[in-house]
Amino acid sequence: MSSSAPTEPADLAPSVEVIAFPAPVAPDLARSLDFASIEWRAAGDVSELVSLVSAHPEATRILTAEPGFTELSAAIKELAAASLAEGGVLALIKGGQLGELMASDAAIDDFCVVPFHAAEFEARLARVRGAGRRMAENDGEEVVRFGALVLNVDTYQAAIGGRPLDLTYMEYELLKFLAQSPGKVFTRASLLSEVWGYDYYGGARTVDVHVRRLRAKLGEEHSSLIQTVRSVGYKLGEVRWPS
Amino acid sequence: MQRHEEYVLNTVEERKVRLVRLWFPDVHGQLKSFALPSTELETALSEGMHFDGSSIDGFSRIQESDVIARPDASSFEVLPWSDPDERAAAMVCNIENPDGTPFAGDSRNVLRRRLQDIRTEGYQFMVAPEMEYFIFESADPTGSPIPIDQGGYFDLTTADAGSDVRRQTLATLEMMGIPVEYSFHEDAPSQHEIDLRYNNALSMADDVMMFRLLVREIAQESGAHATFMPKPLPDVQGSGMHTHMSLWKGDDNAFYDPDAEYQLSAIGRHFIAGILAHARPLTAVTNQLVNSYKRFVVGTEAPAHVSWARNNRSALIRVPLTRSTRSDEGAQLGSSTRIEYRAPDPACNPYLAFAVMLAAGMDGVERELELAPEVEGDLFSLSTDELAAQGVIELPRSLGEALEELETSDLLRAALGEHIFEWFLRNKRAEWDAYRMQVTPFELARYLPVW
Repeated sequence: MSSSAPTEPADLAPSVEVIAFPAPVAPDLARSLDFASIEWRAAGDVSELVSLVSAHPEATRILTAEPGFTELSAAIKELAAASLAEGGVLALIKGGQLGELMASDAAIDDFCVVPFHAAEFEARLARVRGAGRRMAENDGEEVVRFGALVLNVDTYQAAIGGRPLDLTYMEYELLKFLAQSPGKVFTRASLLSEVWGYDYYGGARTVDVHVRRLRAKLGEEHSSLIQTVRSVGYKLGEVRWPS
Repeated sequence: MQRHEEYVLNTVEERKVRLVRLWFPDVHGQLKSFALPSTELETALSEGMHFDGSSIDGFSRIQESDVIARPDASSFEVLPWSDPDERAAAMVCNIENPDGTPFAGDSRNVLRRRLQDIRTEGYQFMVAPEMEYFIFESADPTGSPIPIDQGGYFDLTTADAGSDVRRQTLATLEMMGIPVEYSFHEDAPSQHEIDLRYNNALSMADDVMMFRLLVREIAQESGAHATFMPKPLPDVQGSGMHTHMSLWKGDDNAFYDPDAEYQLSAIGRHFIAGILAHARPLTAVTNQLVNSYKRFVVGTEAPAHVSWARNNRSALIRVPLTRSTRSDEGAQLGSSTRIEYRAPDPACNPYLAFAVMLAAGMDGVERELELAPEVEGDLFSLSTDELAAQGVIELPRSLGEALEELETSDLLRAALGEHIFEWFLRNKRAEWDAYRMQVTPFELARYLPVW
């Protein structure tokens, strides 16, 4: 159905939905993509990745942390440097690399631990691809959605179930950050550095206080949107996948 | 333009905000505000608003009276109770001198400076006040205030006519993003308590200002008058602002030590010792009205002596039982270890009150002050001699006495800064003297017929 050889010229190729890196891809990844009838290509090195992505900027990137997580972060940085940071990124990592992932500030939309469960992988991929599409819709206005929550990145407005939310700037930024990676767990420290900036002096309690305020404003019905992950941090919503 | 400011300007446009209330506290802790049409906001954000500070209490100086109010964009909040067609928003301002330096009469700046000091040691100061207030039929000062209900402690009955107002207050607080821990009908008729969930001291002081504003506005909408006056009725308990405090270092509560007695760390013990050591002068700031001292009556929930105890409601400082395993934020065990300071009343300037409480506590930490043994048992049932034997002294009995203590306190002078310290003493002395000149109904009733 698909081949891993990125040889066809871009204009003749069918619409490429996924670009995997690095080649050769693991057999179970290739199998999952093929089973899902996804049009995919693989890139052997970073320069090949950059040229493939520039030919198919909308494609979701599936990046495997091989040989290590460092190479994965480097690939993301290269794409960003080439102004190709738009499409969604799904990272495939080993259980032992979770620490590196948590500590990393790389723009990863979701991840899957290998060896993965096929259904979980599909669900996560679908979410990342869906999120990418949603960002592109709405007349060029960048909109982030999760369930009843809608955030307009251009106008800084937020609404839940159609009701406008009146947020302070930091509450808005925190909600947007969480909503851009639904299901991803962030530590308080990573939220502080990502949302407040590393020069912010406030302690981790600052995050708790803002989460509490956001929950209050979301109202009782939606207050569980932001979930506490005990002794780790926070995430927005659940990742659900078909069983 | 900074992203904060861009956010504010966008929101003003998208949410059709017509009016922005820029506010700041005067030295008494009264909220001063001026309304700005939203069209002027961009200029205000970039240049600040120049105004003559000489008519603001505690701002006046001899040579120079021009100051600049600089709105803090991160505090921008749409006011949930405003009319959707004439939506209003609020922003707190920092007050600056014309040369851009922080203005010494800005009590927000006093607290910020204290917080910066402890930040260099890696600390963050968290507070949670319990706000008590009365709702009366009116603010008419010519007669005794009339409660709107006769409910009692924790009452939830039709007798609690104020509960509608309270419910509406809670809903508005939540919309403002000021989360509430508990709320209930207090002991006295028409007295309510709303406990705010902890926050860093500066944001909390801002919240206390907003809280007092919206409680009064909501009561007013239903034709009643809410008051934070400490002791409006002679025969029932007054309104306090018991304040829970903790110090944090990153993720860790510095007051928590799993192996210590009451799980209270050495830092926590020094902090308490510091507050007790300065408790008498502190009172002038945490209880700044003549009327404040009528709340300190033996036999009520208010303290009258300088002491601490694990769990003794007549003590000045309590170390409340913590629910060490419960925390919806997933914080670690023991994160809720804190101390409760029971002197402050809700008519204080929260910026100055939090600033001096912190300064006193940190003085204890820095000098590693030894904490005296706790005093159990009902302090109110002990005589002054018995108390003295345990080393327990009294809180000041009047504003005059508290001001004498304040005047000799180097710590508070430094914490408040020369400008506010001098002004406060002068202004409060005048208030005390004006009160002393009064011939009260008590005196007339008691002395006129027989002398």
